[in-house]
Amino acid sequence: MSASVLFDAPGPKARRRNLILGVIGCLIVAAVLGLAIWKLADKGQFDSYKWKPFTTASLWQNYILPGLRGTLIAAALAVVISAVFGGILAILRLIELPPRSSGAHYPVLAIKWLVGAWVEVTRAIPVLLMMLFIFGVLSANGMGSGNGPLIATVGGLVFYNSAVICEVIRAGVGQLPNGQREAGLAVGLSAGQTVRLILLPQAITAMLPSLISQLIVVVKDTALGYNVLYGELLYTSKPATANNGNIFAMLVVIAAIYIAINYAISKFAEWVEHRLQQRGRTAGGPADADTNLGGPSTVAPVAGGPAGQ
Amino acid sequence: MSSLFSDYDIWSALWTTIKLTVFSAIGSLVLGTIVAIFRLSPVGILRFFGTSYVNIFRNTPLTLIILSCSFVLYIQLGVALADSNAQDFAAVNAFRLAIVGLTVYHATYVCEAIRSGVNTIPLGQAEAARSIGLTFGQSMREVVLPQAFRGAVVPLGNTLIALTKNTTVAVTIGVAELSAVLKTVTERDPGSLNLAFLVVGVFFVILTLPMGLAVGWIGQRVAVKR
Repeated sequence: MSASVLFDAPGPKARRRNLILGVIGCLIVAAVLGLAIWKLADKGQFDSYKWKPFTTASLWQNYILPGLRGTLIAAALAVVISAVFGGILAILRLIELPPRSSGAHYPVLAIKWLVGAWVEVTRAIPVLLMMLFIFGVLSANGMGSGNGPLIATVGGLVFYNSAVICEVIRAGVGQLPNGQREAGLAVGLSAGQTVRLILLPQAITAMLPSLISQLIVVVKDTALGYNVLYGELLYTSKPATANNGNIFAMLVVIAAIYIAINYAISKFAEWVEHRLQQRGRTAGGPADADTNLGGPSTVAPVAGGPAGQ
Repeated sequence: MSSLFSDYDIWSALWTTIKLTVFSAIGSLVLGTIVAIFRLSPVGILRFFGTSYVNIFRNTPLTLIILSCSFVLYIQLGVALADSNAQDFAAVNAFRLAIVGLTVYHATYVCEAIRSGVNTIPLGQAEAARSIGLTFGQSMREVVLPQAFRGAVVPLGNTLIALTKNTTVAVTIGVAELSAVLKTVTERDPGSLNLAFLVVGVFFVILTLPMGLAVGWIGQRVAVKR
C-alpha cells in the first residue's frame, strides 16, 4: 500500500485489527446485499421468464438499441453545440477591457456583464426545468411530437452545459501564467486574437480532463429527456416490461449500459490527465508546474460535475 | 400572477422542493460519510466496497435511480414508506421514495467531496506531525482532520447546490415540487407557461445563488493557506 496521509504503515497489531475490521465490514455489506437479494428473490425478480427476453434479438432491436441510439444522438448533439456556445461565451468573458478613454470601453463592459449574468443564471436553473419549458413552448406551437422532444432535451442540455464549459475554460485560462496574455498583446495581437490564439488553446488542453468528464454529465442528463417524452434509453425500453413486469431486470440492464459508457469515459479522462501530466514533467514547462499542487480547484463542479481525483 | 400562485399552489411546491433538499442533504451527508470512511480505510476490501458504490451510483442517471425507487422498491417489492391508510399516501410515499433516490445518488458526491478534502493534504503534514512526537490520534485530531474538513467545504457546498437543482428530477415519480408546476401548466394552461417558468426559475436562482456566494465566501475564509 502506498503511503497515506491518514494512516501509518501497519505493524502486526494494526494488520490484525485491519483484518477484523475487514471481516466486520464484509459481514455488514453481505447482510445488506443479502437482504436486498432475498427480498428480490422473494418477489420473484430472479425468475427466469423475467430475464429470458434479454436473450432474444427482438427486445434489443425494438427497444434497447433504438433507445441507446436516442441517448447517444442527444448526447452528441448537446456536446457539440455546447462546446461551440461555451467557447463563444468564454471568449466574450475573457476579452480584455479596453481602456476607459477608448470608445469601446462601455460597450465591451456591457457585453461582459451580460454574458456573466447569462452564465450565472443558466447555471442556476435546473436542466430539467429548461427542458420542460422548451418542451412546453414547442407543444404550445404544435411541435410536441416529431422532433420536439429531441429539441427540448438537447436545448436544455445546451443551455446548462455551454455555461459550464465556458466556466471550465475560464478557469483554465485563470491557471495560465499572466505572461501569456501580456506576451500575446506585446507581439501585437489584438485582445480577441490573444484570447483565441494564445489563451484558449492552452486552457482547453489543460482542462481537457474536466471537459471529458463533463461528457459523463451530459450522457447521464440525457435521461432527463424521459420527462419530455424523448426516446432515450429509459423511455424507449420501459414499454418492453409491460407484459411480464420485469422492470427490475430492465433497469439493471439499462444501468449496466450507462455505467459501462460512463466508466469508459472516466477512464479515458484519467488517461488523458495522466498523459498531460507526463508531458508537463518531461517537457518541463514551469507553466504547468503549479497546476497540480492541490488546493481547491477553481472550477465549481456544478450539478455533479467532474469530481474525484 | 396571483392567479398562477393560487391555481397551482406554487408556495407548497417551493416548500416541497426545500424539504426534499434538506432531508436528502442530511441523508446523503450521513451515507456519503460512511462510504467515504470505507473508501479511505486502510482495509483493502472495504476500499473496494466504497469504490464500487461510487462507481455504480455516480455513473447511473439520477432519473433511473429515482424511477427504480418507485417502480422496483415500491411497485415490485412493495416497500411503502408511508402509512398506506392515510389519505395522502401516494404523495407522501412518492416524496419519501424521492428522498431515498436523491440520497443514494448524492452520497457518492459527498464521498468524493470528503475524499478530495483529504487528498489536498500534503503527506508532509502527517509526517511532520508524527516526527514532532504527536501520537496517531493527536496528529489526526490536531493536524490532518481539521485540514481535511476545510478542504471539503467547497466541494460539499457545490454538492448541496447540485442537489437543490436535482430535486427537480423527483417530478419523474410525481412529487409535486417546483418542476411539477411547470409540467402541469404545460398541460392545462400553456398561456401562462412563460410566467410560470420565470417564477420557478427565479425561485431556483434565489435558492442557489446565495448558496454559491456563501460557499465561495466560507471556502475562502476556511481555505488552508499553503
